[in-house]
Amino acid sequence: MSAELKAKVPTGAASPDALKLTRRSFMIGSVAGSLVMGFGGFLAAGSARAELAAQRFSPAVWFEMDASGKTLVNIAKAEMGQHVGTALARILADELGVAWADVSIKHVDSDPRWGFMVTGGSWSVFTSFTMLSQAGAAGRLVLREQGAKLLGVAADTCTVSDSRVSCDGQSISFAEIVQKGDIDRVFTAEELAALPVKSAQDRNFIGKPTQALDVPAKADGTAQFGIDAEIEGMVYAHPLLPPTRYGSVVNSIDDSAAKNIAGYIGYQALEDPSETLQGWVMAIANNQWSAMKAARAIVVDWTPGPTAKVSEADIQIESDRLIRQPDSGTLFVNEGDVELAGESAAQILESTYRTATVLHFQLEPVNATVEHRDGVWHVHTGNQFQSLILPVLAKALQVEESTIVLHQYYLGGGFGRRLWGDYILPAALASKALGKPVKTVFTREDDARLDCARSPSLARLTATLDADQRLTSIDHAAAAGWPTLSMAPFLLGDGVDGIGKFDPFSINGADFWYSLPNHRVRAINNELAQKTFLPGWLRSVGPGWINFGVESFMDELAHATSSDPIAFRLSLLDGGGKNAGSAPYSVGGAKRLANVLERVKAASGWGDNLAPNEGLGVAIGYGQERNMPTWTACVARVQVDRASGKVTVSDLYVEFDCGTVVHPDGALAQAQGSVLWGLSMALHEGTSIEKGQVSSRNLNTYSPLRLADVPELHINFVESSEFPVGLGEPGVTVVGPAVANAIYHAVGARVRSLPIRPEAVLAALKT
Amino acid sequence: MISFTLNGKPVNSTAEEDTPLLWVIRDEFGLKGTKFGCGIGMCGACTVHLDGEPLRSCSTPLSQAANASITTIEGLSESGPHPLQIAWIDAQVPQCGYCQSGQIMQAVSLLKANPQPSEDEIRDHMSGNLCRCMSYVRIHEAILDAAKNMQAGTTGGAA
Repeated sequence: MSAELKAKVPTGAASPDALKLTRRSFMIGSVAGSLVMGFGGFLAAGSARAELAAQRFSPAVWFEMDASGKTLVNIAKAEMGQHVGTALARILADELGVAWADVSIKHVDSDPRWGFMVTGGSWSVFTSFTMLSQAGAAGRLVLREQGAKLLGVAADTCTVSDSRVSCDGQSISFAEIVQKGDIDRVFTAEELAALPVKSAQDRNFIGKPTQALDVPAKADGTAQFGIDAEIEGMVYAHPLLPPTRYGSVVNSIDDSAAKNIAGYIGYQALEDPSETLQGWVMAIANNQWSAMKAARAIVVDWTPGPTAKVSEADIQIESDRLIRQPDSGTLFVNEGDVELAGESAAQILESTYRTATVLHFQLEPVNATVEHRDGVWHVHTGNQFQSLILPVLAKALQVEESTIVLHQYYLGGGFGRRLWGDYILPAALASKALGKPVKTVFTREDDARLDCARSPSLARLTATLDADQRLTSIDHAAAAGWPTLSMAPFLLGDGVDGIGKFDPFSINGADFWYSLPNHRVRAINNELAQKTFLPGWLRSVGPGWINFGVESFMDELAHATSSDPIAFRLSLLDGGGKNAGSAPYSVGGAKRLANVLERVKAASGWGDNLAPNEGLGVAIGYGQERNMPTWTACVARVQVDRASGKVTVSDLYVEFDCGTVVHPDGALAQAQGSVLWGLSMALHEGTSIEKGQVSSRNLNTYSPLRLADVPELHINFVESSEFPVGLGEPGVTVVGPAVANAIYHAVGARVRSLPIRPEAVLAALKT
Repeated sequence: MISFTLNGKPVNSTAEEDTPLLWVIRDEFGLKGTKFGCGIGMCGACTVHLDGEPLRSCSTPLSQAANASITTIEGLSESGPHPLQIAWIDAQVPQCGYCQSGQIMQAVSLLKANPQPSEDEIRDHMSGNLCRCMSYVRIHEAILDAAKNMQAGTTGGAA
């Protein structure tokens, strides 16, 4: 499986090259009364029309215009609140010249023709923008040529907009052009790349206000989520989770107490050849409630796996031990010579930062409904990474991948949880064992237990200053469980010295845009974490906790050198060397980061008088990856109660430069949500691993931010026509450190752990 | 057998009396707009109205619905969208959308009892409803807008 997937994506990279189209042709052809457009591999059948009729296309761009001029755009990305279908369709429609009212979208199933299917990493617009623009431009060109021919005029005198081709007072609709048929065109990759796309000022949709296509159905209850799927004849299977993620063995099962539950059918111990589920038992009933009750009534005796006693403290002690070993981990950055800098240092500063386990807590508990019909396994669920779980499902069911179809639904929250489709397996295996369609809906508590939580983390940063208090080096070591190691090892990166592997999603953020003569970063895997639970990709992944260490430490360095925290950062954002940036994705480099920092300084009233125990704290970030930088700066305004340690965040000022903004209101929604996610993880969330599992499993002990906790948000976007990057996650990465730095500014208490609890503030006040 | 009124129609449920009303509404009567979130009444995704009052259906046994009138998101308004639903779309509130039926049902009960709520009253009334996408700023804005529009009589008449 790994080798096959690896061939489809380059290691550790999210650049659009991940879906390289250089050898792919684009086809436009009249098929069955419609005009069909899509990318194809090579022309086996000899014409675009024949290829399109045979549906031999890939990857993920395929759309068709029917005889009434209505255009259906297929969307291969998961809709989980980011209004991705709207944004992608707007990019295409703008170039194509179709009226927005004529556009509709469809979320497709996991047919291999859609190519590599993943929705995450804030990648969707970034990785799709070029091919959607080119596809739209090609479509417009062909419609213009055909329209001109039908009007009897020269194509280059015609304009295209609003689903019409116009020339000198006469015009023809797209519908009429489609009805005439007879279109059969192929663009080679080279021809496609050479097509002119619209300049920013000519765009009609990109950057212009619109309503998201998925919103109305989410305001009247008709939106279909995975949990809403039903299959005739299905039974409900409810899981009994083993005491450890790995290695639990079922000794005996006693269902005598379940037998008097109306609707109870029986139980099923699961055999999973993929070894994803170890020691699982399912309670089967003819309705959801009886299955849930039966699962509580059945008594299973397990021999737990070896990690049954592991705690969060054990994991953090192990991370600390690993970080203290100078040769542990993989070199992620190694510039200059930090050892040499250490020898000549006038002053050495060192700090350690911790983050606690965090749950995804997507509001729709994981679920799946599975049916085997006519030789095909039909899976009904919402999923973010179909290409990753299909081979696992195939192994679990002992069938060919080609016999499994994932039918996509709206996702009741993704946040990275549904990148790993392990939650499909209980229903699939039970369905196979029972020979019936099966629906499985996890309880919230079991959803939390199965969650691939964000690993507890520990990072140590050491800096050297010379005799003039200039920063000469930073040495950074960060340890955690690595999601990518367990779930997608083909995406691990190689150490910069060629030795070892690292998880980019557990260390990105450490390769910041500050210019330093000496900089070293070691990425360290915590094997105890890895063995105990499944570390997960959680919204903003590595930078979500790495940046807490980096930006808290920058603040500590600013204060240690008696510098203003913003001025200190600006002095290091010189845009020199590798921080100059490069076309097309990071034009301007660190200078754009300096720009958002200057903007947030002005917006936040930085330097103005403050009330007693009030503080302002700053943090910056570049989003998810250096090759897809979303330039982000945040100032938090906090008030601290010295008696209780309670922190109130009254205002968050955040400036984003994400290049071209495709769907402005959708972008703002993502910014608002991600910033509040950052605040929620800074002050409200956090749990711990106890006895090998997460200890908080529902809202009685796990407390994400509520409406009453929302501060004033002051969010702005830099107007830009640069290449669009990602926006779902960057807002998360700056809030935690900004809040911690603001607490220090308010009362002089330095807190170095997330979440920040009042008792930690009180303790820091005393030091 | 338990009899009650569901969105204005008399129904009889054959489910066990301890079955949470949520599963009866969703699975027996097929109204999927009401959602399962936490199962302990603390997220609000399952909010419906019982005799006009907001109720967490995930932790309410069917027996409590006997002879009562239950309203779900599907039965919120007989004549086009409710003013709050219009405000929800205008403010582009939903992200993933999973909590939004419950948010709207909770907000409807607020405006019914208190047509011109203050910002603090909105916070108090809505803070039991979790939005994991954190669309809170827009929930707040949509309720204020709907209150204003309902007062001015500019949208719909249903309540």
